[in-house]
Amino acid sequence: MGGLAARVLRRLGQSVLVLLVMSFVIYGLIGLMPGDPIDLMIATLPNITPDDIARLRSLHGLDEPIWLRWWQWLTSALGGDLGNSRLYGAPVESVIAGPLLRSLMLIAASLVIALAIALPIGILAALRPRGVFDTVANLIAFVGLSMPTFWLGIMLIMVFAVTFGWLPAGGVPQSGAGVAETLRHMALPVATLAVATIGQYTRYMRAAMIESLNQDYVRTALAKGAGRWRVVLVHALRNAMIPVVTVLALDFGMLFSGALITETVFAWPGMGKLIFDAVMGNDYALALAALLLATAVTLLGNALADVAYGWLDPRIGRGSKAP
Amino acid sequence: MVIFRFGLLLATLLFMFVMPVQAKTLTIGITQFPHTLHPTIDSMAATSYIMGLARRPITAYDADWTLVCLLCTELPTLENGRAKVVEVPKDVGDGTGRGIAVTYTLPAEAAWGDGTPITTADVVFTWEVGRHPQVGISAAELYRRILDITVVDDKTFTLVMDRVGFTYNSIGDFGLLPAHIEGPAFAENPAAYRSRTAYDRAPETKGLWFGPYRVTEVSQGAQVVLERNPAWWGDAPAFDKIIVKAVENTAALEANLLAGGVDMIPGELGLAVDQVIAFEKRHGSRFAITYKPSLYYEHLEVPLDAPMFADVRVRRALLHAIDRQLIVDKLFGGKLTVATTKVSPLDWVHHDGLAPLPFDPAKARQLLDEAGWTPGPDGIRRNAEGQALAFPLQTTAGNRTRERVQQVLQAQWRDVGVDAQIRNEPARVLFGETLNKRRFTGAVMFAWISSPENVPRTTQHCEEIPTTANAWTGQNYGAYCDPAMDTLIDAIEVELDRDKRAALWLELQEKMAADVPDLPLFFRSEAYILPPWLKGLRPTGHLNPSTLWVETWSVDGR
Repeated sequence: MGGLAARVLRRLGQSVLVLLVMSFVIYGLIGLMPGDPIDLMIATLPNITPDDIARLRSLHGLDEPIWLRWWQWLTSALGGDLGNSRLYGAPVESVIAGPLLRSLMLIAASLVIALAIALPIGILAALRPRGVFDTVANLIAFVGLSMPTFWLGIMLIMVFAVTFGWLPAGGVPQSGAGVAETLRHMALPVATLAVATIGQYTRYMRAAMIESLNQDYVRTALAKGAGRWRVVLVHALRNAMIPVVTVLALDFGMLFSGALITETVFAWPGMGKLIFDAVMGNDYALALAALLLATAVTLLGNALADVAYGWLDPRIGRGSKAP
Repeated sequence: MVIFRFGLLLATLLFMFVMPVQAKTLTIGITQFPHTLHPTIDSMAATSYIMGLARRPITAYDADWTLVCLLCTELPTLENGRAKVVEVPKDVGDGTGRGIAVTYTLPAEAAWGDGTPITTADVVFTWEVGRHPQVGISAAELYRRILDITVVDDKTFTLVMDRVGFTYNSIGDFGLLPAHIEGPAFAENPAAYRSRTAYDRAPETKGLWFGPYRVTEVSQGAQVVLERNPAWWGDAPAFDKIIVKAVENTAALEANLLAGGVDMIPGELGLAVDQVIAFEKRHGSRFAITYKPSLYYEHLEVPLDAPMFADVRVRRALLHAIDRQLIVDKLFGGKLTVATTKVSPLDWVHHDGLAPLPFDPAKARQLLDEAGWTPGPDGIRRNAEGQALAFPLQTTAGNRTRERVQQVLQAQWRDVGVDAQIRNEPARVLFGETLNKRRFTGAVMFAWISSPENVPRTTQHCEEIPTTANAWTGQNYGAYCDPAMDTLIDAIEVELDRDKRAALWLELQEKMAADVPDLPLFFRSEAYILPPWLKGLRPTGHLNPSTLWVETWSVDGR
């Protein structure tokens, strides 16, 4: 137990350090971008005066060195105040809330659907490599992987919204819309995201499963008379899931950082678009909060993956040494 | 016969029920979503487009480019006695000691969406917010120019402006704020007002709006829903609800239109003309498509302090080498207007006696020869020092329309021995650094948008050249400087007599045509894709959006 507590603490410390470094890196990178919001304002406001420039720079805190601004942000963030968004003129939490929920809905749904389809296909394809099913599955996976999301999105809109008129072409449902209406709006963006994800996870699952099925313990289990499906689903699958869980953990952060292209094509304002606008608009407070949230969730995903490794292969949890 | 009658009945029922249902809601698709719905804090085209449905400026330029009252009973003029030249301290304004007092009266029935009357208290409050240094209003110029406001009564007020100018009665930038709602947040802490304004915190508050519609729902980044404003005192609008939907991807916006997700795409924030021309070929029969020549002046800015461009013969040669009419005809279906100077042919001050420099490659070669640029062995011209006539040709990266024009310019210049190297930059770099800080060494293609009869002070006056000393303010990026031009600009601004001003404008355009301070390309058009049943929408072609007259929109004229 002591060992576990130490590991958790060490992991926590590492995560805090990563977040701290990330916050400075993000702040610095935004600051290094050419042109700040006031420079852009000058271009659109013909009558702006040097006094206006100085006043606006001071109001937005752009007249201070970047490290000082970062330090001020850090101290107030540690005190629970994430600041106000420069672009939206509102507290960062309230600006993030809506897009975060929308990204979670979209990406979680697409991930669940993709896994539900990709894992069985990957397993079945691995049972008979280069067989008919494997060839078809590979073909579909590659098609999914190689289709650009912006193109697929437009094609789905043209078919299901323009030609058949079955689904809305984009946008979010109005407030008070029921579950059915929300699902109708989600259908095309979720499908777009899921197609590429299915291809990716099918390939991972297939490769990991083929490797697992070639292990000695699988052959031993089969020789001992264990049923084929039992061997596949109980013995081989657990080991094959380890690389899949690793990739899944890395994708976890995407839940909170959104999918910019799909969100733009379907006019579904999620975290991807919000982060893009915040970075391009030099909205430090908003960009930092959104990007650090995505970083924190990625770190959490990796921590959960470590726990999952232990469950999938107890030797990893025990830290067993190679003979 | 029975089938015919049944069909007729069905058609009648469809007309009775389907059309009104369709007409109850109008969904507009635009390519941008406003960051704030506050009328003055920030200036974004999307904000002004949506605000047009739910608010009214005191004055605006209409579709005929005439200044009209939208929230006043009579436009103040010197002739009707509502404007008077007055003395002001000499240390303000233009230093002449002459200002102007302008009296406006708000409509008696004008009220905020919650029924509270719009009064002079709101005018004074707006002025206080606008000129407060800590609020962070970006376009603070108008508020600063107002020296004082005299309240005559609840509806009538007099603004004392710090200088006399022919635009004295135009106060379209005065974004009226409701004192009864915004007052407490401002009074509590002006520096924090920006983040506490109800326009962003609670935009569904009825009392914030006073147009034909009021905002009832905002999905940040996605759409704004507006419904009829019961307190609106003007003509009743045709639609119960208007949804303004933001779809940034133009291909997706087109698909939304075809799928019925949006009913129309306005020219102010819609597709580029070439995209609409392509759309019209495929689906034109289903929509009413109109093109409105606008005040967007597409041109090439060149640094006149660079030796290569300092010689006017080179600038004229570069213009003679471009077949601008061919570009307009082939790339834009003839929907754009070739520019002679930055004054639009539709503006009443336009000089009809001037014509764009014609496409004449022989003349271009002759001018370049005279300027000392002779063809080298590789076909590129060189001067006596061996310097090649080569420069970067820049525009906003990703703007497909401009990139296509660039290709033509590059090829046509190459024909006369000029080497233009395309080097595009993202908008924030091009406008935030390269142009603003005058770091460009070649030609930069972009557009200016202005109001009618816009004096080119910020783009052509010597004092408006951005430098470190003036914190890079001013928009005279090319560094054009001629005292004679300054004199003309100064004279036009203060000339109140329309005929005398017209004569000065002619002189100014002749000087622009002779000096070629920048290379004019064309005036853009705004393309509107409308449903055939929508009538009464009149595009303006300038900064005041068509939504300011939404109450004139109707379904099939009803």
